[in-house]
Amino acid sequence: MELLLNRYRNLTVLLLAILAQLVLLAYQVKSNGEVRLIRVWAVTAVTPLARMVEASRSSVSHFFSDYFVLLDVREENKRLKGDLDRVSMDNHDLRTELDTADRAQALVIFTQHSPSKYVAAHIIGNTTDSGAKVVYVDRGSSSGVRKGMAVETPAGIVGKVVNVYGPVASMVLLITDSNFAAGVISQNHRVHGTLKGDEGRSIVKIDDVQNEQTVDADEWFYTSGEDGIFPKGLPVGQVTTVRAGKARKEIYLAPSGLQNGLEEVLIIIEGVHAPIPDMPAANQPVQLLAPPADSAMPAPVPAQAGPMSDADRVIDKYRRIGDAQKHVYGDRGTGAPDYNINLNAKSPEAAKPAAPAAPKPPNP
Amino acid sequence: MNDYVEGFPEVGRKKERIFKFKALAIVAIALAAIVFQVAVPRFVSYLSYLDLPLLVTVYFSVMRRSPIAGVLFGASIGLAQDSLSRGYLGMYGIVKTLVGYFAASVSQRFDVENSMVRFVLGFFFYFFHQFFYWVLKRALLGESVDFDLEQTLVVAVLNAVVAVPLFRTLDRLKITS
Repeated sequence: MELLLNRYRNLTVLLLAILAQLVLLAYQVKSNGEVRLIRVWAVTAVTPLARMVEASRSSVSHFFSDYFVLLDVREENKRLKGDLDRVSMDNHDLRTELDTADRAQALVIFTQHSPSKYVAAHIIGNTTDSGAKVVYVDRGSSSGVRKGMAVETPAGIVGKVVNVYGPVASMVLLITDSNFAAGVISQNHRVHGTLKGDEGRSIVKIDDVQNEQTVDADEWFYTSGEDGIFPKGLPVGQVTTVRAGKARKEIYLAPSGLQNGLEEVLIIIEGVHAPIPDMPAANQPVQLLAPPADSAMPAPVPAQAGPMSDADRVIDKYRRIGDAQKHVYGDRGTGAPDYNINLNAKSPEAAKPAAPAAPKPPNP
Repeated sequence: MNDYVEGFPEVGRKKERIFKFKALAIVAIALAAIVFQVAVPRFVSYLSYLDLPLLVTVYFSVMRRSPIAGVLFGASIGLAQDSLSRGYLGMYGIVKTLVGYFAASVSQRFDVENSMVRFVLGFFFYFFHQFFYWVLKRALLGESVDFDLEQTLVVAVLNAVVAVPLFRTLDRLKITS
């Protein structure tokens, strides 16, 4: 026996090593158990090194970006000083205006902000799976992160926490992974579906939507809150392809949370459901039509990317008042411009402050 | 003529050479390969196709020419890779154990310092690794995953191309022969 073992020593060691790993594998599959200790050790050993690599990359990247920025900094500084004077004056005027603004409107805007509680995390590395869309973040149990928590950026959902390794590291399964699933709902037609990753691609697909249901091209999808992980109302992405399939619709989305790359994410510690917004999602370009040529309407608002807020309109109004009177904000000694000027008048006389209207004679 | 005749013993000696490395160097290289795989593909996504832990396993196995050392090294680096993945512990471990064993066994018949041999070893063992991993996934875990033959062959060539200069760099860590 001893002779036999010596003769086949190499093969014996190989078989023992494979057998041991097969037993380990069988234990995990059978009991669905996690060999947590080994994983925690491995992650704890690798996390500091991965952080160092990430810090080095970040430093080099910032160095180069700062260098190119500094090339124009002198010229930009002069321009910014001028801008600062002008903006200081604008700011003073706007504060006065905002004090008397509609407070109800301000409350509506405020309540649109998510009441959920977040913790910010930095992505420090990928997993070693080939093709898997899983990343490590530098937040763990010490920050209150737990398995199953949702992860997003301000632009949309990103994934969910699938494992927490100690106090300073967690594993996040991205929405583009083929094992990911979440409940979603469309914005216009309120169609429910299941969000899934599409293997090997950077887009996601929506399953479980019947061919008879209507989904528009370019329609937005939001989380439905049915999966118990993502609060309702978080943006998921915009439809890029929608077509009828054999049994169900084939819908593909461009995930909005991953559009600008991933550096930092927000882990939702306490999620609060929100309604699905009726307006298009933020950051979309808004197309404004030009007014009719002979219109007696106020001066047209120039079309621009992004929605125009009340503050934008007030700034625009004061800018036009300043332009009409050739007033330079921040220029001392010229006094304040006439804020009651009629901007819609074409003749110089009409540009004077509007006189109070004469009372109408009573009807006989 | 004499040079030609004397060339045969030289080739024979090359096939019998056993190289040793400092334990610290082996651990550091293995750790660096794993950290590379964890950290770098995040900002250079194409580098996710590069399997440095596998290439390092092949290198140390063929240079040591000891199947037992190959088994132990392959199993260790495979399990480390498993513990940083989402999959079950043991999948990469088993595959890399086999890679380490076969790489060490094959190395006893070839001059492993030859660049062409290294290229072929890199190509073959990458393909073997991917194919066997796929077999294990289907057979042990019952997962219905596809095996993309064309992509695997192309990526195997890329890994083999990287293997040649990488092995040449790692040669500098040898301490005895």
